[in-house]
Amino acid sequence: MPKNKPKPVKGRDYDSMTGADAVAFGMRQINPDVVAAFPITPQTEIMERFSQFYADGIVDTEMILVESEHSAMSAVVGAAAAGARAMTATAANGLALMWEIVYIAASTRLPIVMNVVNRALSGPINIHCDHSDSMGCRDSGWIQIYSENGQEAYENTIFAVKFAEHPKVRLPVMVCQDGFITSHSVEPINFIHDDKVKQFIGKPKPEFSLLDVDNPITLGPLDLFDYYFEHKRQQIEGMENARKAFLDVAKEFEKTCGRRLQYFEEYSSKDADYVLVVMSSTAGTAKEVVDRLRKQGKKVGLIKPRLFRPFPYEEITKALEGKKAVAVMDRSASFGAQGGPLFLEISSAMLNSAKKPKLCNYIFGLGGRDTSMQDIEKVFEDLMNGKPKALNYLGVRG
Amino acid sequence: MPSLKDLAKMPERITGGHRLCPGCGAPIAVRQILRGTDKPVVVVCATGCLEVATTIYPHSAWKCPYFHNAFENAAATLSGIETAYNSLKKQGRAKKEIKFVAFGGDGGTYDIGLQSLSGALERGHDFVYVCYDNEAYMNTGIQRSSATPYGAATTTSPAGKVHPGKEQFKKNLLDVVAAHEIPYAAQACISDWADVLKKSQKAFETKGPAFINILAPCQRGWRYPHNKTIAVAKAAVETRFWPLLEIEYGRKWTLNRDIKTPKPITEWLKMQGRFKHLFKPENEHLVKKIQEHIDSEWERIKNLCRCSGQNFD
Repeated sequence: MPKNKPKPVKGRDYDSMTGADAVAFGMRQINPDVVAAFPITPQTEIMERFSQFYADGIVDTEMILVESEHSAMSAVVGAAAAGARAMTATAANGLALMWEIVYIAASTRLPIVMNVVNRALSGPINIHCDHSDSMGCRDSGWIQIYSENGQEAYENTIFAVKFAEHPKVRLPVMVCQDGFITSHSVEPINFIHDDKVKQFIGKPKPEFSLLDVDNPITLGPLDLFDYYFEHKRQQIEGMENARKAFLDVAKEFEKTCGRRLQYFEEYSSKDADYVLVVMSSTAGTAKEVVDRLRKQGKKVGLIKPRLFRPFPYEEITKALEGKKAVAVMDRSASFGAQGGPLFLEISSAMLNSAKKPKLCNYIFGLGGRDTSMQDIEKVFEDLMNGKPKALNYLGVRG
Repeated sequence: MPSLKDLAKMPERITGGHRLCPGCGAPIAVRQILRGTDKPVVVVCATGCLEVATTIYPHSAWKCPYFHNAFENAAATLSGIETAYNSLKKQGRAKKEIKFVAFGGDGGTYDIGLQSLSGALERGHDFVYVCYDNEAYMNTGIQRSSATPYGAATTTSPAGKVHPGKEQFKKNLLDVVAAHEIPYAAQACISDWADVLKKSQKAFETKGPAFINILAPCQRGWRYPHNKTIAVAKAAVETRFWPLLEIEYGRKWTLNRDIKTPKPITEWLKMQGRFKHLFKPENEHLVKKIQEHIDSEWERIKNLCRCSGQNFD
């Protein structure tokens, strides 16, 4: 169990905890007005921890212990429309059950923050990590941020509150961490002090509220062929605005909380000839491989995207231009497509580049299949041998 | 109880000029229900006729805050709004007293929204949920729902050579709701406005969840002339098809109007085209079956009311 109140040590504190605990700890510091919760493995620990903060009266939050994830998302949509800062968390099938309202949350421009603990979608049923759940709703209009470890999941969650509520954005944010690998692994977490979090996120300033009975609004009207398209266009603009807003909010985050957030992390990649692109916990494994290969004099590097929606295509293109070969690793499949979702983003980002590297795709880790350092070494070897196929599967039989 | 004149003077929360059909029972139900409180209200609508016809962008017939989220989640959505209100009130960020009400049709309540409603009732949110029951999916073009009565022809339970309309009795939603032991659950009908008002007042004054199932005839789906809505609704009560009753805490049953000399069910059936086929000689047994079901249901309700101490002498 995390300690309820961190001791301020020059504005910072450390503790050992799981990724799930770290997020719950961040939620305590955020102190949202409303949290809706429904259990699903491997997300449950987040809500268990947060429920304890609620039970002990440490947060001002009102909790709604709903009867399904569909109702969890419906309730936070209602709460956010009433001007409250609202949060929830889910995984896999829970996210799939929410799907309809996930879209409505985004198109109603409600700045909800939801932690997604990535888990493989059924069927067959599986409780372990892959990204099929959040990748499935990459076109739902939500901002998506992926976390390499508990530390990032914690920081991303706090960052997401301010980012979602940015006046030019006003969109919900999904903060993703890898199920079990991150959510249930104990790591040292470097906290931001409560006061700094409070100062950074500020008070919610909703643009409208259903509780403003003197200025009644109609929200969620029937929008037909004469206006729907314009509203979608505005929503697209909101997502486009999120690119710049991310940098602005990141600057503020660094200033107030001393933590740096970037679109993506470049790890020994600037002078590398062979680059791996991979998100979330596998990036941690890949960093170790990069270090080892570098010691052997191999010019290898890693790019770890943190922001997936909106996708920083211009910046990624610049970072990958001129490389000899790039392997994009996807922890989910896109059935019938040319590759996984991250590969598709990167190949279309590089479509018009004159200095396009050789690109290939590796699908890995579906349903929690372990990805070892040897697996990643093999990817680099393929790249350096110049013989990777366009689409490859890592660590699968047959 | 205010006079009808005073009620007429109350400010409207839903204006005219919306696009519901002439003779639609839904806006009558809404206007009657919303007269049950003079406090500000926040309205949530489930997807359905009432929702689509009152809020075609950029127009809105609602003069109070209104939210439509989706079809099956009006109760969950209102849970979120009501919880936000409690949270903000606790923190001193909301001051006014506000009432919360959801309107859903029978499709959005008996069927697709039942889970969301059940969850919200169990959690005990302080709101009023109103089901305007027009006994089929009218918004999509008259498809059968679990609220469609036995024998009724709909576009998905048409009267054919083999199957004579819907072959199941209507779901007993009030019992399902009352089984949650919520403080207040009632059944009302737009033809009995004074009864609706009393129930609405009681529902809004209830601390915790209150539920009203109000019969709101649909001239398009029930197939009757649009100027007969109230007459059709009235006949539903007078034939004992639609008992006016209330159940408090799932325990105390009260029949609000004892129909001592009921009209035969044929009096109600014959007003509506959806039951036309039942009057063919080969379907006589179906009418008998419907009448028997009504008689037995009435007796069951009366017995439950007697157990609660109601006297029918």
